[in-house]
Amino acid sequence: MEYSDKLKKVSILGAGGKMGSGILLLTALEMAELSMIQGNKRKEFNLIAIDVSAENLKGVKQYIREQTRKVAEKSIVRLRDVYKDRNDLVENGEIIDQYIIDVMNFIQTTTSVEQAFGSSIVFEAVSEDPDLKMKLLSEVEKNSDGNTWYLTNTSSIPIHSLDEGASLGGRIIGFHFYNPPAVQRLVELIPSGGTVEDLRDFSMEYASRLRKTVVVSNDVAGFIGNGHFMRDILFGASEVEKLAKGMTLPQSIWMINRVTQEFMIRPMGIFQLTDYVGLDVCQYIMKVMDPFMSDEDLHCDLIERLTKQGVKGGQYPDGSQKNGFFQYEGGRITGIYDLEMKTYVTLEEIESDCDKALGPLPRGHVPWKILVRDRKKQDILKEYFKQLSGSANLGAQLAVDYGRNSCRIGKLLVEKKVAKSTNDVNTVLLTGFFHAYGPVNDYFN
Amino acid sequence: MTAGYNTISLGTGRKEFHPKKPRPGIEHYMKEAGQGTLGQIGGGKNVDESIVGNFMAERFVRQAHLNALFPMIDKDLEYKPATRVEGACASGGLALLSGIRSILAGTAEVVLAIGVEVQNSVKAVYGADFLALAGWYHNRKEGHAYFFPGQFSDRTQSYYDAWGKENTRKALARWYHNAIENARLCPTAQEYTNRTEDLELMAMAEPDPKTFTPCLNVMDCSKVSDGASAIAIVSEEGLERIGILPAHAVEIVGMGHAVADITQPPVDPLTFSTMKVSAAQAMESAGITKEDLATVETHDCFTIAGLLGVEALGLAEKGKGGDYVLEGHTARDGKIPFNTTGGLIGWGHPTGATGVHMAITLWEQLTGRAGEAQINIPSERPYGLSMNMGGDDRTVVSLVYKKCNP
Repeated sequence: MEYSDKLKKVSILGAGGKMGSGILLLTALEMAELSMIQGNKRKEFNLIAIDVSAENLKGVKQYIREQTRKVAEKSIVRLRDVYKDRNDLVENGEIIDQYIIDVMNFIQTTTSVEQAFGSSIVFEAVSEDPDLKMKLLSEVEKNSDGNTWYLTNTSSIPIHSLDEGASLGGRIIGFHFYNPPAVQRLVELIPSGGTVEDLRDFSMEYASRLRKTVVVSNDVAGFIGNGHFMRDILFGASEVEKLAKGMTLPQSIWMINRVTQEFMIRPMGIFQLTDYVGLDVCQYIMKVMDPFMSDEDLHCDLIERLTKQGVKGGQYPDGSQKNGFFQYEGGRITGIYDLEMKTYVTLEEIESDCDKALGPLPRGHVPWKILVRDRKKQDILKEYFKQLSGSANLGAQLAVDYGRNSCRIGKLLVEKKVAKSTNDVNTVLLTGFFHAYGPVNDYFN
Repeated sequence: MTAGYNTISLGTGRKEFHPKKPRPGIEHYMKEAGQGTLGQIGGGKNVDESIVGNFMAERFVRQAHLNALFPMIDKDLEYKPATRVEGACASGGLALLSGIRSILAGTAEVVLAIGVEVQNSVKAVYGADFLALAGWYHNRKEGHAYFFPGQFSDRTQSYYDAWGKENTRKALARWYHNAIENARLCPTAQEYTNRTEDLELMAMAEPDPKTFTPCLNVMDCSKVSDGASAIAIVSEEGLERIGILPAHAVEIVGMGHAVADITQPPVDPLTFSTMKVSAAQAMESAGITKEDLATVETHDCFTIAGLLGVEALGLAEKGKGGDYVLEGHTARDGKIPFNTTGGLIGWGHPTGATGVHMAITLWEQLTGRAGEAQINIPSERPYGLSMNMGGDDRTVVSLVYKKCNP
């Protein structure tokens, strides 16, 4: 079946969520693109946005309108050509308004899963709960004609387990967007051993039309992104444990965060990133992955102790950061959680002692924001990490250990046949996590 | 003319400009400029009549009937005559002409003329629709998303085809360079704090037809600006009434006002035919030739318009405008400095204000009050010329100014 015919009826489960709403936007824009092609004028494209929350669905419609307007404003030169036969649309403003109406016209919102029955394609973007996913997928499958293709946004659950659990006959593939889907170029594509060829081909075409960078991962729990991320957290937590023998726990957490952000020139420290994703989400991902890791223990005591005290991180609906490992004010870290006191100790109180303990940044340090745009970053990094390796400061040594371990994780993912190559691992970290350099490198030898 | 006052030209480039924060409205600019001039001439009680030139306040700020804002500027303007005039980007020039005509007719001795525009009220993609109203509506549908950049990109392509791309491209970059150099000497200019080291390199950036036009990049275009300029137009009697010496004023000795058919495309894409006629009218009525000019304010809505203006004036033959600019003749240390406070590209282009801003710059230069931007006015060439153009060479107002003999 032709590509555009496959988009006849697309349902998105969880369209009210962060990921679901982004997938909804991208698919609606793609339908608009396809319907502009001469040969597709008579084709039908339907997009059903399904979520348990009617309130979220209202918000999503507004989000789609706003984002579509931004897209239209940027592509106005092309849009004037698209609407050239509409003599009633003369001004840019009129054309942009019409485009928004046309894109919105593809979308129906509903809280009832029944509307997904008989879909040609189902995007599954509900919470990272295997049982919930299997329940929804099998319900749709039972009430459809056996031709539905399923694309799941899971970041950790093996695709074959969803395939078997919901009896989908190989018509499911992992299509893992990064957050937010509208902006993030990376997609992890995870075919299971049983994924039908046509679905795989469709996924590659869809990703290409959306101008995404695809990295194919093998069907191993956590895939490449979380495969690295979770192990990175665990190493960070173990380093904190070691440090906490001489410093306080809040100091140790702050220090490892500083090491992993500044000394290692990453966009965020490991614990700030964990806050961003959500402690409960990370915990859950580890829980999902752990049974599949026979020789590793994917379980983080530190995170568990925090979540037990109700400290979860994550985001508010407006995108602002919730408190987790750190306390945030106006987007900046102002405190670190103290498990004993059950409150946040101010950064002000501990910062200078931590800085003293770590020592200064080695020469040649360039902040991530600037490095990431520099064409000569390879040379800068080589020189910087040489300085780092030669420094006796605690901060530098912790960074070298961390870098070596990150490299080890990257290689492990290839050994364990999660990733096909270390290049793929690096692409995921560079594109999906905004790293300035891939974890597998020669910098820490 | 005397007692000129410019507000800053606010928009991208100015430190005060924050796209997401609220900005002053049109009333603020009219008031600031109006009071700036009135303060120099003894207040509204000395004014007989007021004129405001504005292009498109109706769309940009949903306000028409601007002439009724004058009494807000000064209570002594209440119940006095006031008019709004419009001629696209020549609105300012038309305001000046209106004032001059009242003086010549004897129906006023002192006229307050203001040019004003607020354009940053909407994003550029929507502002482009409003600006397109300076062209014929029936051309809008086929026109570029950014209508006038599209028109002048076409003129640039014609110029490339006729006279060569490489040399022309360099001349356009040089025009930009000169504009910024001049703006850096004028505190109210939009590009006053421009710190770019290699201006010509920047101006040579490859145009991107996907997001803008095939031949022109953003540096080739005049700025999107909010601002106002005001000046007093007076008879000899009026000059006495307001208590200003002739040495602090300029005499208007020539005027040109030429209008072409908006429904027709330019007669020749390589020429500003209307500007040519208008400039000739002005100089003939003044009894001078281009060799008598010390300095010129020309309508560089786009860098290509700068070159075509040089040719329209006859300073260079057709097709040689680029060479003339590259030889340095229009630079501030050249034979006849052009746009000495930055012009539309360097100072800014609050559309309705531009014509009046041109007059103010020439008044400043000829009376020696241009501050850091001051050029030398040779005693044997005490004349300045302004050419203010509306649309694509449809309305052109030209004026010849003379330094007053003490």
